[in-house]
Amino acid sequence: MSIIKALKLTHEYIHRDDEGNVDSIETALDGVDLDIAEGDFIAILGHNGSGKSTLAKHMNVILSPSDGTMWVDGKDTKDEDKLWEIRQTAGMVFQNPDNQIIAGIVEEDVGFGPENIGVPTSEIWTRVDNALAAVHMEKYRNHSPNKLSGGQKQRVAIAGVIAMRPKCIILDEPTAMLDPVGRQEVIETITELNKKEGVTVILITHYMEEVVNADKVFVMDHGKIVMQGTPREIFSDIKTLKEHHLDVPQVTLLAHELKEAGLNIPDGVLTEEELLHILCQLS
Amino acid sequence: MSIIVNHVDFVYSEGTNTSQHALKDVNLQIKDGEFLGIIGHTGSGKSTLIQHLNGLLKPASGEIYYNGRDINDKDFSRKELRSKVGLVFQYPEYQLFETTIFEDVCFGPKNQGLAPKDAGLRAFEALRNVKLPKELYYQSPFELSGGQKRRVAIAGVLAMKPEVLILDEPTAGLDPQGRDEILEELARLHREQNMTIILVSHSMEDVAKYVDRLIVMDDGRVAYDGTPREVFKHYEELKKMGLSAPQVTYLMHDLKKRGFDVDEDATTVAEARDTILAYLGKSR
Ligand SMILES: Nc1ncnc2c1ncn2[C@@H]1O[C@H](COP(=O)(O)OP(=O)(O)O)[C@@H](O)[C@H]1O
Ligand SMILES: Nc1ncnc2c1ncn2[C@@H]1O[C@H](COP(=O)(O)OP(=O)(O)O)[C@@H](O)[C@H]1O
Ligand SMILES: [Mg+2]
Ligand SMILES: [Mg+2]
Repeated sequence: MSIIKALKLTHEYIHRDDEGNVDSIETALDGVDLDIAEGDFIAILGHNGSGKSTLAKHMNVILSPSDGTMWVDGKDTKDEDKLWEIRQTAGMVFQNPDNQIIAGIVEEDVGFGPENIGVPTSEIWTRVDNALAAVHMEKYRNHSPNKLSGGQKQRVAIAGVIAMRPKCIILDEPTAMLDPVGRQEVIETITELNKKEGVTVILITHYMEEVVNADKVFVMDHGKIVMQGTPREIFSDIKTLKEHHLDVPQVTLLAHELKEAGLNIPDGVLTEEELLHILCQLS
Repeated sequence: MSIIVNHVDFVYSEGTNTSQHALKDVNLQIKDGEFLGIIGHTGSGKSTLIQHLNGLLKPASGEIYYNGRDINDKDFSRKELRSKVGLVFQYPEYQLFETTIFEDVCFGPKNQGLAPKDAGLRAFEALRNVKLPKELYYQSPFELSGGQKRRVAIAGVLAMKPEVLILDEPTAGLDPQGRDEILEELARLHREQNMTIILVSHSMEDVAKYVDRLIVMDDGRVAYDGTPREVFKHYEELKKMGLSAPQVTYLMHDLKKRGFDVDEDATTVAEARDTILAYLGKSR
């Protein structure tokens, strides 16, 4: 079953000058076709300005198509009656951990969304308990969010989305401002949500090593999807990735350079364990 | 000539119940022409430390010396210090204020007393160095993307021709190519102009590739100070401090455990490749 589907999805931003006259029109999404199966872990890569955030905002109906169609769980995002249903189906987490937390106490912040849509109080607390458990932040439920580390704040933001019981979570560069352990905490949390709860995850990131376990990777450039495949397929083609201003994980590059130097190593090695295994067999 | 940080302590909101002891007895000597990296978990004191180096924050106790003189002495000119020690903030938005990008980059050199024409020449050179597309020069800095704002903020500091350039997480949120372009430009300034560069970063792979010396901050203290190779030897302790090591470091240690006679402290792709090839008896 597809949870997110786009057909010829186009988005134009209209730039206006000081007097409000149209100055230029920028096509940020240029006829995107996309089909994401429910339960998948999807990664979206692309250089700054390639259209990733614009695409994400269509999944959450923050934006509406200039042309083409986007369906979330079968619902057309142009259908205004379905707006709140769609937003509950597809929750969104943003880059800056400091801009997403509203309440003064962690549990209130997590309960804010359900309360807002009129979930009965007793159920709100069950949802808050479950959401905090899912991101391993139960211990901090009575803490003030501004005392938390960046990684912990992002996990609270994710809990706030989970409390809405979405089928799908879209994360727009959630680890960009975090230290290495904070990054790892966030990636482990969303991987677990995906594997245990079957939540569809759509991760936008500039850290190539965060996507090696994804089911599928999409690469965007100039508002189009220019590459798609498994992480191994995508990271096997370093040359094309570089043309799109991207990179590969450090071990993938090392494996590639060893191959170029004459060792019998396949393309698209993804993890440290994999390269270790290959080298042990070679020696 | 150098920067010396001598027994520096710093406390935010001292004497209140929200006080925060952000630097604890920090001692450092930074030599002319060094390319220094600073890593540490969020809240470890990195931003606080570098704001001391150009006098934005004053130590609660201890001193900072720039070329032998205490920068917090009354007769040390703030203006002179700021033009010699340039700081690019973590959030460059706070650093941009003029109506066009070009004017913004001219601000520093004009403030140093340069004639408008000379300030303009400095601005062009700096904008070219950070690879900002020419057609953007006369636009408002506020309409730029995060990565481009970062470039303009760096150009604004470079236009003052500082002796020391300090950057607080300049590559956060940039795509891989944008990240490489900025780091390559820093490496070039270091190599060709012998500029002292101090780089705060959360990317272990980047610091391993570019810096000569690495400082690890943990909870307001300097936990390690050495070459990347020396520092990343402590990869197990680094994990407890919210950090990690470059991916290849883990691989090299695991290869060593499996009996490979390789340089286990390799931290870059080039170092790892060379030592693995040497061990397997293939040279390029
Ligand atoms: N609110 C906006 N108004 C006008 N143009 C925008 C707006 N947001 C993004 N853009 C432009 O659309 C393009 C795609 O941007 P975005 O989707 O944010 O890319 P990414 O997330 O991949 O960096 C860019 O050229 C950007 O300048
Ligand atoms: N303006 C401020 N007021 C109060 N506390 C602050 C302020 N800025 C930073 N801190 C605190 O000081 C400590 C060090 O912060 P900072 O230097 O910003 O760390 P880093 O840059 O390594 O993330 C943290 O505990 C932080 O919460
Ligand atoms: Mg974006
Ligand atoms: Mg900081």
